[in-house]
Amino acid sequence: MAVVASGIYHGVNPGMGWPLVVSAALMDGGSRAFFAALGALSVGHFLAMIGILLPFAAMTALVEWQSEIRIGAAIVVVAFGVWLLFNRRHPRILSRIPPSRLALWSFLVATAHGAGLMLVPIYLGLCLASDPDAGHQAAAALMTQNAGLSVAVAGVHTGSMILSGGALAFAVYRWLGLRFLSKGWFDLDLIWALSLMLVGGIGLAVAIW
Amino acid sequence: MNIRPDPTFHASPKLAMEAPPENFAYTLMLSPDFSQPDGLAVVDVDPSSRKFGKIVHSVMMPNKGDEFHHFGWNACSSALSPLSGHAFLERRYLIIPGLRSSRIYVIDTKGGPTTARLHKIIEPEEVFAKTGYSRPHTIHCGPEGVYVSTLGGGGKDGTEGPPGIFIMDCETFEIIGRYEIDRGVQDKHYDFWWNLPRDYMVSSEWALPPQFENGIVPEDLLSNKYGHRIHFWDLRGRKNVQTIDLGANHQMALEVRPAHDPVKEYGFVGVVVDTTNLEGSIWTWWREKGKFHCKKTATIPPEPAAKEDLPPLLQGFEAVPPLVTDIDLSMDDRFLYVSCWGTGEMRQYDVSDPMNPTLAGSLHIGGIARRKKHPNGKVYGGGPQMVEISRDGKRVYWTNSLYSTWDNQFYPDGMPGALVKATAGKNGGLRFDRKFWVEFPEGYRSHQIRLEGGDCSTDSFCYPSV
Repeated sequence: MAVVASGIYHGVNPGMGWPLVVSAALMDGGSRAFFAALGALSVGHFLAMIGILLPFAAMTALVEWQSEIRIGAAIVVVAFGVWLLFNRRHPRILSRIPPSRLALWSFLVATAHGAGLMLVPIYLGLCLASDPDAGHQAAAALMTQNAGLSVAVAGVHTGSMILSGGALAFAVYRWLGLRFLSKGWFDLDLIWALSLMLVGGIGLAVAIW
Repeated sequence: MNIRPDPTFHASPKLAMEAPPENFAYTLMLSPDFSQPDGLAVVDVDPSSRKFGKIVHSVMMPNKGDEFHHFGWNACSSALSPLSGHAFLERRYLIIPGLRSSRIYVIDTKGGPTTARLHKIIEPEEVFAKTGYSRPHTIHCGPEGVYVSTLGGGGKDGTEGPPGIFIMDCETFEIIGRYEIDRGVQDKHYDFWWNLPRDYMVSSEWALPPQFENGIVPEDLLSNKYGHRIHFWDLRGRKNVQTIDLGANHQMALEVRPAHDPVKEYGFVGVVVDTTNLEGSIWTWWREKGKFHCKKTATIPPEPAAKEDLPPLLQGFEAVPPLVTDIDLSMDDRFLYVSCWGTGEMRQYDVSDPMNPTLAGSLHIGGIARRKKHPNGKVYGGGPQMVEISRDGKRVYWTNSLYSTWDNQFYPDGMPGALVKATAGKNGGLRFDRKFWVEFPEGYRSHQIRLEGGDCSTDSFCYPSV
């Protein structure tokens, strides 16, 4: 549930790229450009997710340190939220990426905004729930299992992100029109930073209790 | 920062045309003999207002000798670019460079045009130290902040190294540094503009500072030493990818006007004078399969004149060159306005077919030999120069000054500041608004115009007009 919900949240956020899909479809006239742009965005987003989750999958093998890892991860997520809260300037490097490299853009924009970090507490919670006596398994087996889980989490998340973002892009492209873009675009930076802090906080609370 | 995009940001040119009309115009006032400080004038352009056509507010600078020329906003519709994530900027600050002093002023307009006030001054030393460039000119709000073109390089006379573009932060106005990574053969500069989603930029060439600061140098012009090339750039890659030479006789390629609709991959550039026959010309450039092309698509002939009606500079020719000093394209990409500063004519071309501009309207005012008065009977010194079109394309405003020292050479009888207005017919044709005549303070000339909420040479768009 949380994985799907976070995907929808990322998907409808204009900062994660759905206006690019509208632009691509309008500029190059048609559904092929629409889906190509959507595809490129999803590849970049998926890589950004998996890039953050896989190292944590590897670390979950260190079962002895499990609660420390979870607390540490939660603190990192909260700290990133706080940093975003106070540093509201957008990294300039993002505007240097040419429009032809959408996958790279999507990867960097998700990474810069800590979109992958938002998934970490959710993911670690899932690891624990799926296997309460992890302590009895061999480290290698555990790592493989958790790596598989991280791919699944990133996949489901990206899937729901692309479905929701794609649906919104399609609605603007076909029915709502470009006016929606300037009227319906809200500054989510503050809410985004608070979301990171919230997710991290919940992760922290669960890890401590 | 806003929570929602600035209401003056529009996703497409079509949406910009549908926005409410402008109530105020900003124009620059310059003291051509540098005896008074330059300033910004705010003009009431609301026909229902009691103060229609009057300067209702002005901001005078604390220095003299800046020579104001062009200016622009800190942010525009380009902020809605899906790539930049800067949708919540405000169109709030006007950035005014001093072309002669290299000093840059930032004016805050929050609270409305009539409350405009000085916000920040960037001293010339900072511009020199951080960029190695001098004589800042054109302002465009782009992907990484405010882009500023310059006409001079380093050193006292601006000839140590080529001029180029530098980037400023669009909120703090810190100078970030040079734009170019690879400038190729580009060694002169004037105007630049771009197509954001197609990721290319086009720049033009006027002259190096010694060729313009103390007046036009006739020997340099007759030996074709002014700029005559246009450069095409990989915008985000910051590389010059192609240079097209218009031919050495096509002296001074100035304003670059790309189609506003980003789906169209063409635009125009004006050439001041052809030294073989004194013609002015309009060129159309376009991109096809990744390559740029450029072709002369309209010419304007010189007009014969008696020697005694001409300034010393032109007496040998017994003719007045049209001198195409500014061009501007309407938001629907349909009409191209062409200022003929020498002959005193504002031309309106229908460019629905960009390869075949056809004359749709024309008004005469001023001119070196014609000296045509405004229909209200007032004397208009100079000729039509900086032209600006309302977003909806119905109103056209222009001023008369080109550049202090050049004004004096071509119009030695003087040139009081003027700002006039014409209305454009739905399918072309121009008519003067007799009631609109702006009186400037004694001793001032006027240059570029900016309209409240954006105009046809400010905003760049990331979505097509469909």
